[in-house]
Amino acid sequence: MSETALRAEQVHFVADLEETPLSATDQVDESAPPGGLWLEAWRTLRRRPLFIVSSVIILLLVVVALFPGLFATQDPTHCVLQNSLKGGSSGHPFGFDLQGCDIYSRVIYGARASVSVGVLTTTIVVLIGGTIGAIAGYRGGWLDSVLARFTDIFFSVPLLLGAITCMQAFPDRTVWVVALVLALFGWPQIARIMRGSVISVRNAEYVTAATALGASRTKILLRHVLPNAIPPVIVIATVSLGAFIGAEATLSFLGIGLNPATTVSWGGDINQAQNVLRSNPSVLLYPAAALSLTVLSFIMLGDAVREALDPKSRKR
Amino acid sequence: MGWYVGRRVLQMVPVFFGATLLVYALVFLLPGDPIAALGGNRQLTPAVQDQLRHTYHLDQPFFVQYFIYLRGIITLNFGTSYSGRPVLDVMQEAFPVTIRLALLALLFEAVFGIGAGLIAGLRRGGFFDATLLVASLVVIAVPIFVIGFVVQIVFFGVKLGWINPTVGPEATWGQLIVPALVLGSISFAYVLRLTRDSVTENMSADWVRTATAKGLSRRRVVTTHVLRNSLIPVVTFLGADLGALMAGAIITEGIFNIPGVGHALYQAIIRGEGPTVVSIVTVLVVIYILTSLLVDLLYAVLDPRIRYV
Repeated sequence: MSETALRAEQVHFVADLEETPLSATDQVDESAPPGGLWLEAWRTLRRRPLFIVSSVIILLLVVVALFPGLFATQDPTHCVLQNSLKGGSSGHPFGFDLQGCDIYSRVIYGARASVSVGVLTTTIVVLIGGTIGAIAGYRGGWLDSVLARFTDIFFSVPLLLGAITCMQAFPDRTVWVVALVLALFGWPQIARIMRGSVISVRNAEYVTAATALGASRTKILLRHVLPNAIPPVIVIATVSLGAFIGAEATLSFLGIGLNPATTVSWGGDINQAQNVLRSNPSVLLYPAAALSLTVLSFIMLGDAVREALDPKSRKR
Repeated sequence: MGWYVGRRVLQMVPVFFGATLLVYALVFLLPGDPIAALGGNRQLTPAVQDQLRHTYHLDQPFFVQYFIYLRGIITLNFGTSYSGRPVLDVMQEAFPVTIRLALLALLFEAVFGIGAGLIAGLRRGGFFDATLLVASLVVIAVPIFVIGFVVQIVFFGVKLGWINPTVGPEATWGQLIVPALVLGSISFAYVLRLTRDSVTENMSADWVRTATAKGLSRRRVVTTHVLRNSLIPVVTFLGADLGALMAGAIITEGIFNIPGVGHALYQAIIRGEGPTVVSIVTVLVVIYILTSLLVDLLYAVLDPRIRYV
């Protein structure tokens, strides 16, 4: 009964030509100039609101991190206990924290620590992980096996767990120390992605063609394999940058990250704010919001770039 | 399949030794003298310090220490902490609590993540889908300690008084529900997005078109054809997440005052209890390695193509 009813609903059994996916292929404008992967990706990105919003926030963040003095006139370390926990007033829009420091300027100056840890860690991770992954994937054989096991060893220690375990050993916890510790446990992910990507590119026809034309192995790796293997690494690196900023804040929040006496950081301020959380939640709100917005922008940027670089998802 | 299992298990052996060595080196090779710090302001006499160093094998070369410790792990003899308490005791108290917490979090992210992801994937581009995508992005971006505080302060414990804001020493299943929601929130967002993407992709697959073309009901197409194939990446994510949840519980346990592994680890780190830190981290890392091995094997069972690569 239900089967006949279903059949009756179907008006036609062969789809019209306009409805078939083939029609999309037919409509390709063959006279248009061919664009490379990057040009195509850029054309797609330019029109994506996700990309525009996230890159505007990130640009603003970088400017704030470089020139915090442009946005806040108050010294973030100038604290007057008389002002402790006072609400917002003119010149101090976010009010004061427990120590009587201006929350607005602490939020502004805290951007520098987060951005530098994120950028430094990501740079180190891409350099180390990218190199190891590319060598392992391109050379193959025993070297690949050794490097893959080496990567697995570091991969088996979760980022935050590893960082928490060894941060305590460093008496002077600067931005560099935090970045290096995070990079120590962060590089295996990039290495894995790079290795997989290089392996998939290595067997492509244009690589065989370059070999046939007599190009050296190093030249093939640098000119043909790496440029084509890099897109997934860029996507993961963008998202990781946000994740590293989050991890730095988590360490500072636990009290084993950046030294709160010398560095203004969002995580450290959130740590301080938890003492007065029940009576003055706004002290926590501002650094937490800044941190979340930053991490969110990098995740959104990564999402937008992933879609732009993946031709499969672009057609839909 | 036998070959694949054998190869994966063999590959795990060097990883096990390498990871335990790494953890041991992180705790004991880095600067700082735990014995000298034991006495606090009143320094211990050199004779007592030497005696303590001998008891904890700290007078031996690094690799000898490591092998003594490795022998301990295999015989489940984790030694005693500097305060004289057997480390196994500490772990026997803490691990059941964290395992309960992690299992609850896993259950939450599996049920709600897959459910919501399936609905969003089937209604791609709709209002529900768009809302969930934005909401999951926000959940991923907001650090877990902020989520924890907001849940603890605003919604439950303090303002609305629905639950006790902290968990007692018994840490029953009921008390752990809300902390588990916090712990699982980020993975929940990942499961949701993974399921949604996977369902979307499979909905336009050839076999789904075939199933629809031969007249199967939509319900049957979705449950047996789309969902089963879409769950392969999700199941592997969930499996790997169990180890990650246990390792990541340190923040959640701190906020809700849960006497679990993360709490014990944090205390041990702050007090410089090397033997306790190294044992807990090692067990967590071994759990992580074992769960990823199981997931790899599960993947090979679910997706036969993997075995022949």
